[in-house]
Amino acid sequence: MTGEPVLEAIDVVKELGSGAGKVMALKGVTVALRPGELTLLMGPSGSGKTTLLSILGCILTPTSGSVRVDGQLTTGLPAEKLAMFRRDHIGFIFQSYNLFPTLSALENVRIALDVRGEKGFKAAARAEEVLRDVGLGHRLKYHPGNMSGGEQQRVAVARAIATSPSVVLADEPTAALDTENGHAVMALLARIAKEQNRSVLVVTHDPRTLPYADRVVRIEDGRIVGEERRPDGLDAPEITDLTKRRKAHV
Amino acid sequence: MVLTLAFRNLFHDRIRLAVTLVGILFSIVLVAVQLGLYLGSSRMITSNIDHSDGDLWVTTFGAKSFEDGGLLLRNGERHQALATPGVASVVPMVVAFAEWRKPSGGSTRVVVIGTDPEDGGLAPWSLIKGTWEDVRAPNGIAVDRTYLKELDIEGVGSTAQIATGRIRVKALTDGVRSFTQSPYVYMPINRARQLLGAPTDATTFYLVKVAPGADVEQVRKDLKSRLETAEVLTKAEFRDRSLTQWLFRTGAGVALIGGAFLGVLVGTVIVAQTLYSSTKDHLNEFATLRALGSSSGYIHKVILGQAGLSAVIGYVLGMIIALAAVLASHDTPLPLVMTPWLAAVLFAVTLFMCAISALSAIMKVIKIDPAMVFNR
Ligand SMILES: Nc1ncnc2c1ncn2[C@@H]1O[C@H](COP(=O)(O)OP(=O)(O)OP(=O)(O)O)[C@@H](O)[C@H]1O
Ligand SMILES: [Mg+2]
Repeated sequence: MTGEPVLEAIDVVKELGSGAGKVMALKGVTVALRPGELTLLMGPSGSGKTTLLSILGCILTPTSGSVRVDGQLTTGLPAEKLAMFRRDHIGFIFQSYNLFPTLSALENVRIALDVRGEKGFKAAARAEEVLRDVGLGHRLKYHPGNMSGGEQQRVAVARAIATSPSVVLADEPTAALDTENGHAVMALLARIAKEQNRSVLVVTHDPRTLPYADRVVRIEDGRIVGEERRPDGLDAPEITDLTKRRKAHV
Repeated sequence: MVLTLAFRNLFHDRIRLAVTLVGILFSIVLVAVQLGLYLGSSRMITSNIDHSDGDLWVTTFGAKSFEDGGLLLRNGERHQALATPGVASVVPMVVAFAEWRKPSGGSTRVVVIGTDPEDGGLAPWSLIKGTWEDVRAPNGIAVDRTYLKELDIEGVGSTAQIATGRIRVKALTDGVRSFTQSPYVYMPINRARQLLGAPTDATTFYLVKVAPGADVEQVRKDLKSRLETAEVLTKAEFRDRSLTQWLFRTGAGVALIGGAFLGVLVGTVIVAQTLYSSTKDHLNEFATLRALGSSSGYIHKVILGQAGLSAVIGYVLGMIIALAAVLASHDTPLPLVMTPWLAAVLFAVTLFMCAISALSAIMKVIKIDPAMVFNR
């Protein structure tokens, strides 16, 4: 809708496990993420959400089908090249934050810059700027253990956007948070999509996230089964109604 | 940030850090002691040779070490040597075991070294009391301070007996110890011959100085062909021969080097263990780094950083203990020796040990799957 897709999965099939435990987690998924949009990926447990997110994030490679990051095909690239794609284009946010417990908030953000070779005073200043932007200017020196879950997740958001990725992928970012903190994080992600014109994909079970979505993609049993978009001009609650109406239809 | 993370990982688990450091410490101290003993022994074995001024050593056939020369050379060899082209001087030296009779009864073995420094022979070094002039007084000798008790004497002025002759201590050296544990007793050469009951021209070694400009190898060849009953060795050859005799024929050197090797092995195993378990504990963080797009080299650097930091800390602590051991061993029969060179070798050994130890941890993270960062 708004511009070329920055991240695309085309006919992606993914088999996980081996032998008797082999599972077809994705059975031909095509999905595109555009800048300035917050997309929710919703579906029941085991439907393949995390698998799809990993493939979009170049952490897993598809069994068949292809992934395009900023127009470039990633098919057949070696692990080191995929890591380069991740650090140059993608920011990750995890359900359990995955912060480094021994590093301060500031250092946790700096390390994402450091792996890209951004070091020294400039990197520190950038890390501080992003942390202030997510409202943690007063927690720079705090270690994750001394922060609330909401604060930790905001550090993780800061870490994900510090490198200015075109795509931010979040797997259940609010699952471990209370309502208030969940809303704060979602509002932050929506703002990142809008103000910084990034593409944000949030995997979630959590209906409280719906008001923040521009678009909801539904997945079941490894297949995309539906997609709703908030009509222009409608504000947040509308999409919730859309969802309800759809459910009523089924 | 690599070092910051390595440092934090290291200090995160203090107990594990302590185990790592003890492992490194153990091996450094063990290696330092073993190699320090080795160096100390070699120094003791060759000290008299090293301090002698001579390009070539004429010995009786088959002399295995400095103490093993016998008293078989005579003036005949000396004259033949002096007549050899390129020879500037030929200085005799007497070295022989003898019995030292303690003033209060009993006896012990000493090595009598008869030498005339004024003629270019070996001069006792590290004198802390008295001079060679004093030793030249009737019955004068020089011994090492550290042997006073063993020899049952007080110091300068004390008297005792060697074989059947009276002697009087006129000078003291410090730290001139003997690998055979029989103290060196320095005296003028004629007095030595007299005490040992040897002929007036009996000699253990001739120290040959080559004239300036003469070719040492050529002089040696000429000497060899003239002296049928003697061997002609360069200083280096004689050193090596003494070292081989005492360190390798006796197995002592092998034991010392083997001990050092064992120390490195044990240290490596301990450090590898702790580093591996630390890496396992931080696997989720390494996977996160990988998900954030770090190269695998970056992660290896963190692990190597942990290994390197452990190495440096362990080395500093280990050296403090090793140096204390060196100080403490100064007056013992086998003093440890620490040289800048040995300190550098120890540092290299520590780094090598930690780098090898890091391998198992690196093997672990090579197989890391960044997908583990998601809750599945
Ligand atoms: N390593 C694996 N080996 C085998 N099967 C796997 C593996 N990982 C996931 N699966 C299976 O693949 C399917 C999709 O898993 P995925 O984690 O993508 O689901 P999800 O939608 O994220 O579920 P949840 O909401 O519980 O997180 C599930 O059936 C799961 O059991
Ligand atoms: Mg999941």
